[in-house]
Amino acid sequence: MPHMTDERVRAGLRHEEDLSLLNEVSMKTAGVSHLEMCIQCGTCGGSCPVAMDMDHTPRMLFAMLRAGMREEVLRSNTPWICVSCYHCVVRCPQEVHIADVMYTLKGMAIKAKLYTDSTAPHFSQTFVDMVETFGRSYELGLATRHYLRHFPLRLPGMMPMGFGMITKGRMAITPKKIKHMDQLKKILECAKELELTS
Amino acid sequence: MNKYLLYPGCSMESSARAYMESLNAIMEPLDLHFEEIEDWNCCGATEYLGINLIPAYSLIARNLALAAKQKNGTRTVVAPCSACYLNLAKADYYMQERPTLGEKVNQALQAGGLQYVPGTLDVRHLIDILVYDIGLERIRSSVVRPLHGLRVAPYMGCMLPRPDYQHRWSDHEHPTELDDLLRALGADVIDYPLTTSCCGGHMTQIGPETAFELIRRLVADADERGAVLMATVCPMCQMNLDAYQNEMNHYFGSDYHMPILFFTQLMGLAFGREPEELGIGVELVSSRNALATIGVEVPVTQEPGAKRKKDEGLPMPRRWTKHEGKESVK
Repeated sequence: MPHMTDERVRAGLRHEEDLSLLNEVSMKTAGVSHLEMCIQCGTCGGSCPVAMDMDHTPRMLFAMLRAGMREEVLRSNTPWICVSCYHCVVRCPQEVHIADVMYTLKGMAIKAKLYTDSTAPHFSQTFVDMVETFGRSYELGLATRHYLRHFPLRLPGMMPMGFGMITKGRMAITPKKIKHMDQLKKILECAKELELTS
Repeated sequence: MNKYLLYPGCSMESSARAYMESLNAIMEPLDLHFEEIEDWNCCGATEYLGINLIPAYSLIARNLALAAKQKNGTRTVVAPCSACYLNLAKADYYMQERPTLGEKVNQALQAGGLQYVPGTLDVRHLIDILVYDIGLERIRSSVVRPLHGLRVAPYMGCMLPRPDYQHRWSDHEHPTELDDLLRALGADVIDYPLTTSCCGGHMTQIGPETAFELIRRLVADADERGAVLMATVCPMCQMNLDAYQNEMNHYFGSDYHMPILFFTQLMGLAFGREPEELGIGVELVSSRNALATIGVEVPVTQEPGAKRKKDEGLPMPRRWTKHEGKESVK
């Protein structure tokens, strides 16, 4: 962190402008994020169908990124509530890849182990585990594992639905596996190494 | 002959098998030919992207690489699922926009003996093909049982028209492709301003209170506007609105009954096929009454969830409702 001037300390400011967090998030985001171009207009939060359940609107979160508030940002539930509907993305006058920034923040929060409600990270991880094992998603395995872990009391209420899905042939009992699982595994292993070095 | 490569996506074989069955039923009258991408894998839905960037894009790109290798006479990959469509289109686009991502993904693909040059393929959604390649005229001329009098809410969902990297849609917020197609079938298409609002995506699994509210808005608005059923273009939308409608009703103490069918099922009906061939009847919110309004008889199937035991009896954990449930996350 840059050296603080006396004036800043007297004014109660905790740090000098530090754009390292903003840059880190921008670099880790797929495509060219345009995150640095945010003008704080609030179109994103105003367009968001689930803003009422978020700790911070996307606009506020982006201001926090610019302010270098790493811990607060990675503890925020905002990226986990985002439903990826891309309403904000098409309305943003600065073309910030907002939904993709949210994906980046999720990944960073998981790695920093800062997000306390584990429901969403576990769901993503369980889904990924299934895909890495079978090459396909496996709904029954995913749902059972997820509900047992996080919503055991909701399981009885979910039974009629699960039963309906199975009897109507809409949920397979056994997983499907792709033929060249070895090939997919090699690709993913290599990709994970590249992720660590990038 | 209209020939394409098909990326079906995981749900077409399970929760959305009605979509696949009805797609198979409309291919012949429209002279559509699909060749499935050999040994395709899951696109990672909305989950993998939130964990690791390069593995997530490599997972998606394996499908693009396989498709590019397999292409015979076509460069178009068709995805019937909006989430799959978006992921495939997104990987193709970002690998070009950010060449370093493209390089790394290709480095990973090479570990499996594959490669993909971004831009090689056109990634398109099924409805895009039907409206813009096959054309509404051709569809209209295949109709033998017009859906006159069937009041349908056209639900496009969010991941199809947005972010729209290749500018394929008439509008990002109020696209009319689905309205036009349903009108070509003779259906009475209602005005549905929420057509591209979100169904909740994976929130039904991780934050049901958030998802239930989104589902309620969509179903309530279609109901108030007099729709007897909703037509969707995406397995995830169908799953959320259909399979969780009962849960949503419990949560809000409401009593909506809005059947959710795939647009291909309605096309099949209009082309004169029978409900059994189109997977009609496997939806959890039955479309029997809605389709009876146009004289289509849906075979009776057992309706799980319809008969619930009385509250008396063995003490079982109660279902959680808005009033007695947890406080919403704030």
